[in-house]
Amino acid sequence: MSAYQQWVAFCTIVVKEIRRFTRIWPQTLLPPAITMTLYFVIFGNLVGRRIGDMGGFDYMQYIVPGLIMMSVIQNSYGNVVSSFFSTKFQHSIEEMLVSPMPNYVILTGFVVGGMARGMAVGLIVSLLSLFFTDLTMQHAWITVSVVVMTSALFSLGGFLNATFARNFDDISIIPNFVLTPLTYLGGVFYSLDLLPDFWRAVTLINPIVYMVNAFRYGVLGVSDVNVYAALGAILVFVVVFYTLALWLLNRGTGIRG
Amino acid sequence: MSALTIRNLRKTYANGVEALKGIDLTVEKGDFFALLGPNGAGKSTTIGIVSSLVNKTSGDVSILGYDLDRERALAKQRIGVVPQEFNFGQFEKVFDIVVTQAGFYGIPARIARERAEKYLRQLGLWDKRKNQARTLSGGMKRRLMIARALVHEPDLLILDEPTAGVDIELRRSMWDFLIGLNEEGRTIILTTHYLEEAESLCRHIAIIDHGQIVENTDMKSLLEKLQVETFILDLARPVTEAPRLPGFQVRLRDAATLEVEVPKTENLNQLFVELAERDLRVMSMRNKANRLEELFVRLVEQNLPGQAAPTEEVAS
Ligand SMILES: Nc1ncnc2c1ncn2[C@@H]1O[C@H](COP(=O)(O)OP(=O)(O)OP(=O)(O)O)[C@@H](O)[C@H]1O
Ligand SMILES: [Mg+2]
Repeated sequence: MSAYQQWVAFCTIVVKEIRRFTRIWPQTLLPPAITMTLYFVIFGNLVGRRIGDMGGFDYMQYIVPGLIMMSVIQNSYGNVVSSFFSTKFQHSIEEMLVSPMPNYVILTGFVVGGMARGMAVGLIVSLLSLFFTDLTMQHAWITVSVVVMTSALFSLGGFLNATFARNFDDISIIPNFVLTPLTYLGGVFYSLDLLPDFWRAVTLINPIVYMVNAFRYGVLGVSDVNVYAALGAILVFVVVFYTLALWLLNRGTGIRG
Repeated sequence: MSALTIRNLRKTYANGVEALKGIDLTVEKGDFFALLGPNGAGKSTTIGIVSSLVNKTSGDVSILGYDLDRERALAKQRIGVVPQEFNFGQFEKVFDIVVTQAGFYGIPARIARERAEKYLRQLGLWDKRKNQARTLSGGMKRRLMIARALVHEPDLLILDEPTAGVDIELRRSMWDFLIGLNEEGRTIILTTHYLEEAESLCRHIAIIDHGQIVENTDMKSLLEKLQVETFILDLARPVTEAPRLPGFQVRLRDAATLEVEVPKTENLNQLFVELAERDLRVMSMRNKANRLEELFVRLVEQNLPGQAAPTEEVAS
């Protein structure tokens, strides 16, 4: 396939993915908007007023970046895991496998589709947060790169999950039992400074801590961790996950008998 | 250069099922070719390998001169596949399914939409273009898959049981459509359970059973073969050469055993009259086991209960 044909094929997948999540917007775009608004109202306004400062900001301002990141993570992952799994489940993956498009185009197409949803929801949540607080952007480039890389990483995670999944249970186990706890314990709601040394050390194993803090640094200018190390680590994970996903796709794991 | 060449193709699935035990097959360009066989024979496995949906265990496949291992993308560009099972997104719209498939082949949107319209119209689905695929009837879904398989204008079209679950009237119009495609110069391979379907459409036929090709010939010779029955006769006394019996093919198996081919149109009395005239006494007689014959008996039995009937005669 020529580079142009590959580009056409890539755009076809991305458009298809975007069409999918916008068509079912009550399942994809609406729920995070509602949940996050509730977080803003309850934790930010009602409870937050009693908490006072966190990391030098009022509590509402402090949690907004974390909540945006949480939306990006959950939605990038959720989009690819359910879209790729249902493509496998309905066998429409075969439409792609019979075509001459290379596997990296398939993978990149799904990942960019997931990034589109993650970032669309991130944007919706950011706009909603403006009703509750002022959102600044201290370091625009860092903010943007963290969002792009994090959504890419979790889209790849969703892809890997769907590759191994055999039934619908398999695509909800990781989001519910791994992703959600890691996100809640990932410094979305509190600064690591509040933790005793032992728990602080344990928390630093959690990769989501780095993404949330790097993003918060982009927005507020404060972070519990070294931002450039965090960015570097996310990038390394993106490369590793991408290589692994492509290797599995080339082998036909979970898709070819 | 042939449209499809398969050499010593083997497939053992992960669960240990040996679906293909080394098959060879050549389909010439422009041919209309049938792959006939009972359930589980290995038809879909063969098509799966040719269309890159199943990994082969060993062997070689080339499509219009492109080797599937070395030039897979070029080979894929040239074939269109209509699978046995529905494999489109149930919630997608008919038009989108066809246009999206074109996109996967790198065809720009404007051309993709034109082609989608052309083939959906030809297959009588244009009115349904805005419907979700899941709302189509079985026959419409199958036609949707045909439109989708044609959108990149392949030279070789492979259809896995295209007329399964399609009523007689529709089956006729689908046959005509396929004949039209073949006349345009496309090579067509289809699998079927129905000899009648192969007979009406195809010039060449291969019969597959238990993962092996048991017959590979032109339609005419196959039908002739099916028209004769072979008997083995044990004679009372040995003879030196096979007697010539008008209307029957006779071979000497050994001195006291004859093998006689009897066309189904001839009656056996005539055979015995001829033998008696030559003073040949038959002590015993048995039917020679005929794999092809057996296979067809199985195919016919399989097609009887509850299944859509192959011809109008049987249906009405
Ligand atoms: N994915 C699979 N895993 C394991 N075994 C399989 C798989 N697909 C097919 N088989 C086995 O391989 C053999 C050949 O199956 P195949 O689907 O190729 O037959 P077929 O000729 O298409 O039959 P039918 O007329 O019923 O469609 C069967 O024994 C089948 O059970
Ligand atoms: Mg089959």
